[in-house]
Amino acid sequence: MNPPSNLLDEALGLGHGGAMAPLPAGRVVLVEDCVETSGAFVLHHLLKRALSAGEGDGAVLFLALAQPFSHYDRILRKLGCNLSVQRSNNKLHFFDMLKLEFPGLTEGNDIEGGFVELYSKIQRAIEASRSKEYSRGCITIMIDDLSLLEIAACGSIDCVLDFLYYCISLTSELDCSLVILNHEDIYSSEEAPRLLSHLEYLADIVIKTEPLSTGLAADVHGQLTIFNKGTCNRHGHSMNKIHNFHFKVKENGVEYFYPGSQY
Amino acid sequence: MATAKDPNLRPIRTSSSFSRNPSAPSVAAPSPPVPGVKPGPSGAAFVSSGIPDLDKILGGGFLLGSVVMVMEDADAPHHLLLLRNFMSQGIVHRQPLLFASPAKDPRAFLGTLPSPVSSSKEERQRAPGLDPDAKDKEKGLRIAWQYKKYFGERQVPELHDRGIEQDFCSDFDLRKPLERQMFRAQQIDCISIQDSANLAVLREHCSTFLSNLSRNDGGNVNAGRIAIQSLCAPQCGYSEMDWDMVSFVRSLRAMIRSSNAVAVITFPTSVLSPSFSKRWQHLADTLLSVRAIPDEDKELAKLLTGYQDMVGLLHVHKVAQINTQVPVILEATTFSLKMQKRRSLILERLNQAPVDASSGTSYATSGGCSGSSKGSPLDF
Repeated sequence: MNPPSNLLDEALGLGHGGAMAPLPAGRVVLVEDCVETSGAFVLHHLLKRALSAGEGDGAVLFLALAQPFSHYDRILRKLGCNLSVQRSNNKLHFFDMLKLEFPGLTEGNDIEGGFVELYSKIQRAIEASRSKEYSRGCITIMIDDLSLLEIAACGSIDCVLDFLYYCISLTSELDCSLVILNHEDIYSSEEAPRLLSHLEYLADIVIKTEPLSTGLAADVHGQLTIFNKGTCNRHGHSMNKIHNFHFKVKENGVEYFYPGSQY
Repeated sequence: MATAKDPNLRPIRTSSSFSRNPSAPSVAAPSPPVPGVKPGPSGAAFVSSGIPDLDKILGGGFLLGSVVMVMEDADAPHHLLLLRNFMSQGIVHRQPLLFASPAKDPRAFLGTLPSPVSSSKEERQRAPGLDPDAKDKEKGLRIAWQYKKYFGERQVPELHDRGIEQDFCSDFDLRKPLERQMFRAQQIDCISIQDSANLAVLREHCSTFLSNLSRNDGGNVNAGRIAIQSLCAPQCGYSEMDWDMVSFVRSLRAMIRSSNAVAVITFPTSVLSPSFSKRWQHLADTLLSVRAIPDEDKELAKLLTGYQDMVGLLHVHKVAQINTQVPVILEATTFSLKMQKRRSLILERLNQAPVDASSGTSYATSGGCSGSSKGSPLDF
């Protein structure tokens, strides 16, 4: 049963041909948001897609630094997805990292060690998922959100970047997808936004949520800009395509529409 | 909900078969209500901010389990008004309070907390706060076209609902200090953060405070309040340690999430770098900022009605959305802080005086923090 395709799915290249794939494997998706408009709803949408992919068709590793499990559970339930059931079926591996601290704030080794431990946890979870005989689908790793990981690492960008590079290596070696939520306005106000430039370079798809230039409104909550690198048209030529449209977030879903086409 | 009921009927008309049911299902809680805590949607619970208008604006009050941040203005201490009312409300409702401040003697601040107004006569006079003369007008409009009911605006609460509202949020008289006897037998911890070399001590205090909360009487967990004034103030020993501070805010947020408390943190944004200021703002669940109004600004006097009574401006940047992905969009985000009768704090939506088209361009030059094309002094 194919869900009706919406503008976001089409822009991500997911809507064509009725493909039920949550995300084409091996992609890195970066979701950028700001204080005025939160991009968490994009994560929820992708999470739901990844979990609705059908029996044995992939799993999700969710690194939750921003909110507790109950928060996501309640939201996804309204979207029609039961996270508790998925977690007990081992389709969802939920890492509650709300209070994550890398021990030894002063010594660099311990921060690195903390990241190494985190990465091996992720690797173990992936291998456990893959070992089941029927599982061949894509595993999606989601990070909510990266700026909190940086705070936990006390600002050592190098460790965070190393960790990210390791996770990205998983996308090619172990057929995973990586979805990262990041607060763009934190980095754009820096003099040298190193982390942001790295991320934007590494990402295959960049989804950015911004408020409208006219401010907030009850009918239109903001605008989405999607930059999808490496989409191929029929002839195999790569096309970079930028999509831009407006959205309105509701409890049971999100409406996407082109500016002015909302009744 | 109000719009579903016939607004023509009031409880004073006992002859009518329709009467407003005081215990509407959405308000009654299955468990005995804890004083000072109001249930909300999605299993959330609210405590009052101490300012009735602010509770209404935020859709009920401060959510338990959330962090409220107030961005201070370098010129005027209006954030203290918010802090004082917040703390007084907690004391009035006997909710444990933890107060941290960069002053040498934080307990002295308790002497400036306002006392609630007790008489009901005052309360009825205060009633037309947001809808001036609404009750009188509604009497007069009985024959005339009653357009109000079609707008779906919040009805003026009926008198006994007002009683419930009074319990949840007290009306504070800022001229009268809170009686000393309220402080006795009341759990109030005051901490000075001025001499702290790092935030480990404060973090310990918060952690023990929050874990003590859950050990209170078996049935109902009392709601707790944490008030931190000027967390990154320059006189604090740790104010240069950017990462430590933001790490503290993050861990406090994590602790609060799993507890029955609310934290109000005020901080001067001018002290932080823009990047860290944004980090703090992202960590907040509810984000407010206060701004002073210059005393004799002729431009603003022309722009706003009632300018002389205004003490400052309050801007609501973000409203807590826990357990939901839908953002809270307010009709208005900038409010004026006013002292009504010099004693109680009210927030009012701004009423702009009609502006000539010719003088409109003069506002384009005054800078606004939001960077919008309007550039009006009201954007911040």
